[in-house]
Amino acid sequence: MKIISCIKQVPASSNVDVDPDTGVLIRDGNNVKMNPYDLYSLEASYAIQAKAKDAKTHAITMGPPSASEVLKEALFMGTDDASLISDRAFAGADVLATAYTLSQMIRYIGGYDVIVCGKQTTDGDTAQVGPEIAEFLGIPHVPYVKDIISVEHDALIVKSTYDDYEEIVKIKTPCLITIDKGGFVPRLPSYKRKMSFKNNKIPMVSLKDLPDQNPDHYGLNGSPTQVEEIFPPSNDMDTVTINQTPEKTADTLIDILKERRYV
Amino acid sequence: MAYIKVNQSKVDQKIADKLQDLCPFGAFDYEDAYLSINAACKVCKICVTKGPNGVCEFIEDDRPRIDKSKYKGIAVYIEHHDNKAHPVSWELIGKAQELAKTTKEEIQAILVGSNVEHIAKEALTYGVDRVFVYDKPLYHDFNVETYTHAVEHAFKTFKSNIILMGGTPLGRSFAPRVAARLKTGLTADCTMLDIKPDGDLLQIRPAFGGNIMAKIHTPNHRPQLATIRYKMFDKPEKTEPNGKIIHVDTADISTQTNLELIEILRQPKVDDISDAEVIIAVGRAFKKKEDLALIEPLRKQLNAEVACTRPLIENGWFDPRKQIGLSGRTVKPKLIINLGISGAVQFIEGMKDSECIISINSDDDNKLFELSHYAIKGDIYDILPHLNDRLESILKGAS
Repeated sequence: MKIISCIKQVPASSNVDVDPDTGVLIRDGNNVKMNPYDLYSLEASYAIQAKAKDAKTHAITMGPPSASEVLKEALFMGTDDASLISDRAFAGADVLATAYTLSQMIRYIGGYDVIVCGKQTTDGDTAQVGPEIAEFLGIPHVPYVKDIISVEHDALIVKSTYDDYEEIVKIKTPCLITIDKGGFVPRLPSYKRKMSFKNNKIPMVSLKDLPDQNPDHYGLNGSPTQVEEIFPPSNDMDTVTINQTPEKTADTLIDILKERRYV
Repeated sequence: MAYIKVNQSKVDQKIADKLQDLCPFGAFDYEDAYLSINAACKVCKICVTKGPNGVCEFIEDDRPRIDKSKYKGIAVYIEHHDNKAHPVSWELIGKAQELAKTTKEEIQAILVGSNVEHIAKEALTYGVDRVFVYDKPLYHDFNVETYTHAVEHAFKTFKSNIILMGGTPLGRSFAPRVAARLKTGLTADCTMLDIKPDGDLLQIRPAFGGNIMAKIHTPNHRPQLATIRYKMFDKPEKTEPNGKIIHVDTADISTQTNLELIEILRQPKVDDISDAEVIIAVGRAFKKKEDLALIEPLRKQLNAEVACTRPLIENGWFDPRKQIGLSGRTVKPKLIINLGISGAVQFIEGMKDSECIISINSDDDNKLFELSHYAIKGDIYDILPHLNDRLESILKGAS
């Protein structure tokens, strides 16, 4: 059995700001980390691996060469194999083009049984890429999985959590599942693995390696949606600012609440 | 092919530095006097609009354009559970009607299920012109594969210009499947929608993981697909039904699926913050879970629901259903008190329509203050004990 995890490097903080006068974005450093949901999904891939016979795990990410840092982290945690997909032709990819690129990467690797994705990323926050990959591969998907109940020779049985209900679903392999927080506790990277992978170079795959090499299907050109404009959030609020001693502040708060008949 | 062209003749070290500073995504590389754009580029075009004049240029796509006049109608996918429509569907119909004022388009509803005639009739009472009903026993339980076959059929038959879906857990798994099937764009969790006279939908949402809004469009693909969270828009008034129910022949639609629902387990209900009138929202300033006891007197006095920001969900302090924000719930209470929250745009978008917003934070350089009716500078650990004393003496005075 082959399990492929799709992971992503995301900004470590959401403090990207906009200069109100120039409309220019201001970055708060260049700190990056692994998307938190991917930690759960990697852990889920190990859970499937433990329940299956002779399963191998393989992590992939799409991004600039520096994104291979998250792949190393996956290897240190316990993933068997990792590869990066990177090409300038992928710049400006929206959800559809991103999902298509990853689906092509998965076809390039081939022989997969289960694809595991985090429920969503903390930078895009869309939760759309996983289901779109499944559609491009023509395989079923189950979102928000919190438990792998069993691994059968041609199917998984999983528990999936929606808002106020849960579903137990049998999904035939090959398939894709997205992993929600709460069901899997991510392990820490192992020092021993870190040492054993020290000289390991992460292989990089680019457009020329993929089954479909038509640049029109990738990046900005393969993206139906385009950003027309970016702008700071609007603000036409009259704000009353209060800056007093804690005692006075408590009085003021009581007054505000009294005025509105909450006290 | 559309791309950003760099006019190298105008580039020198100074220009390159300027552009590298300007780009929020670190997408410029300057090497051997050559300025190139790397894979981190999101084509936000800020280098074109705000960069040194004439250096970066956006080259428009020269591929053939689709004939947009062939696609008409703003359709809403009607999500339903236990024989009842999810109210987000009606909110979206209200929004569709607003948009249709500009384009004079028909309002459509797509309904897939088993024995759902009553939901189709209800859709008409919100002013839908045509409801396309896919009704058969196979559709009794939602199945992302069989339902995608049905919605694909609906688009290919009725050629809607736009399809809107609720950004519910179900919609967030279903909409991308439909988008990839129809090879079109999809914008998740729009906080605003607008439309151009030619029918192009403007999809507005926070983007790039920061305090930035992006206006997104789908210039050359149909349908235009977007999901919108529950409670983002108002439910329309009911009206005299004047539309038609179209029963679609489902005989030729694929029934293929590799999913088998074994069991649905009801979750114990938690008090839903979406409908709360008063909310106390807590953020990262709370250092440990035990400190949440500090809000207890105020919570009792206000009879408030307690909600939180994403970091506290990540800490495991709260049920995820208590999270305000784009990845949590949208709330519109009469009063919300934000304690120790600096206000990521995702959080703000989830509560900005509240009637009265009071925010307390020790750092006054925060986004949330600008969007609050009362911005109170101070440490919650200093203020709350005093507030609790006041509340206690008021209670004593009353008894």
